[in-house]
Amino acid sequence: METRELICIGCPMGCRMTVDLDGEKVVSVSGYTCPRGKAYAEKEVTNPRRIVTSTVKVISGARERVSCKTAEDIPKDKIAEVMAEINRACVEAPVIIGEVLITNVAGTGVDVIATANVR
Amino acid sequence: MMIQYDIVIVGGGPAGLAAAVAAKESGCDSILILERDNELGGILNQCIHNGFGLHTFKEELTGPEYADRFIRQVTDLQIEYKLNTMVMDISPERVVTAMNRDDGMFLIEAKAVILAMGCRERPRGALNIPGYRPAGIFSAGTAQRLVNIEGYMPGKEVVILGSGDIGLIMARRMTLEGAKVKLVAELMPYSGGLKRNIVQCLDDFDIPLKLSHTVVDIEGKEHITAVTIAQVDENRRPIKGTEERYTCDCLLLSCGLIPENELSTSAGVELSRVTGGPVVNESLETNIKGVFACGNVLHVHDLVDYVSEEAKKAGQTAAKFVRGEIAENGGKVITLHAESGVRYTVPATLDPERMDDLLTVRFRVGDVYKDAFVSVYFDNERVQHKKKRIIAPGEMEQVILQKKQLASCPDLKTITLKIEAQ
Repeated sequence: METRELICIGCPMGCRMTVDLDGEKVVSVSGYTCPRGKAYAEKEVTNPRRIVTSTVKVISGARERVSCKTAEDIPKDKIAEVMAEINRACVEAPVIIGEVLITNVAGTGVDVIATANVR
Repeated sequence: MMIQYDIVIVGGGPAGLAAAVAAKESGCDSILILERDNELGGILNQCIHNGFGLHTFKEELTGPEYADRFIRQVTDLQIEYKLNTMVMDISPERVVTAMNRDDGMFLIEAKAVILAMGCRERPRGALNIPGYRPAGIFSAGTAQRLVNIEGYMPGKEVVILGSGDIGLIMARRMTLEGAKVKLVAELMPYSGGLKRNIVQCLDDFDIPLKLSHTVVDIEGKEHITAVTIAQVDENRRPIKGTEERYTCDCLLLSCGLIPENELSTSAGVELSRVTGGPVVNESLETNIKGVFACGNVLHVHDLVDYVSEEAKKAGQTAAKFVRGEIAENGGKVITLHAESGVRYTVPATLDPERMDDLLTVRFRVGDVYKDAFVSVYFDNERVQHKKKRIIAPGEMEQVILQKKQLASCPDLKTITLKIEAQ
């Protein structure tokens, strides 16, 4: 049996959690204060994922860059590939918040969407 | 030219927006937001990372998305605002002097003023770092603006001094954009940032965090070429023989935030020596009648959700004040006293007549405490005693006071908050 100490990143509470593992199987989680914490702990020890945020170049807009994010979390080991694709992308103004900028980024099945409006 | 508004809000960031929405929803129709930038949203616009809004909207948003939710409410409610507008002065009689390119200089007579100017970063000049003064040294927030809004990279080999949240966020951001972040050095024996940011911004990318370390030398005449880091003793003096040299082309400073209160001072608002923000009562009203404060201008928050919550309250009480529905100051005043690890409380005083059924008292501690108790005393009687696994200076804490409980103690003079081992 393996025990892992984790700090939840779900919100700024930063709950300290303890996960008991039997090989790949989660036996128990303690220390969380909301269901999101428990879910994070289970995921983090078996399949760590992150939401990636960055910016995409804007052509002929009121601003040079538009902020963006992966619409859902992506596998942690795909972060570099996702960033490379985001850095190659560019979009023409206007950009509307929530607009899809890249579909299926780095083969993750997740889209990159705009998180701001640019005129 | 003198224009009139019921409520003038200085600052269109998260605090100003939430205060405006709350004031409007409380029935005030004459509101003006004054914002110096060319868009509403304040610092949220450059905080492109996620993690905002879990409390307010029950979902995880990025800064610009969080701002957009409030900006939409402001426009839907048809609340007036002026962009590119600099407030020059606020008088104790609540006359606001402002200027912009379209209107020139103008005066506004306000029945209530809400201070929502936010805070600024502690600059190099306030840090006493020895060495040359070359290019390539930025506050973390300036670097954040350059990278996220302007699309420039301030450097390729980065050292960060201070482990405030913006510094941690920028360590990840610069790494994602291809820079090598060599280390984050923190003067104190604990981090000033949120735990979650240390995990997902440093640990995820194997960026070392050196606690009790500081920069003792900066090299480079035109542009920064290297810094020397040394360990510090318990008096924060560098220890000889611990120096390590790091070559770099960029040094970011994330060494604390200071509420921006020049305007408050000119209005005669009394400031706290601990927070640097106004001293306020239960209604978030300053010592100047009709002048309220909320958000980072009041005390520096680590969570925008709490800024919105606090600002909502300021907006509601300002609207009540305009309608003449809150009692004059001068009734019974109970002092909130911070001691034994508690550095300050917001509010600093409360009038049991004027308070809502529940009052949130926010505070910060001066050290890291494990398995300690947050206690509330009514004079000498302990009325709250709550165990916490961890209490740290980087994370704001709160207790809730009940009007009912206060009503049962008519002779109460002082409420004391302290951290106790047992």
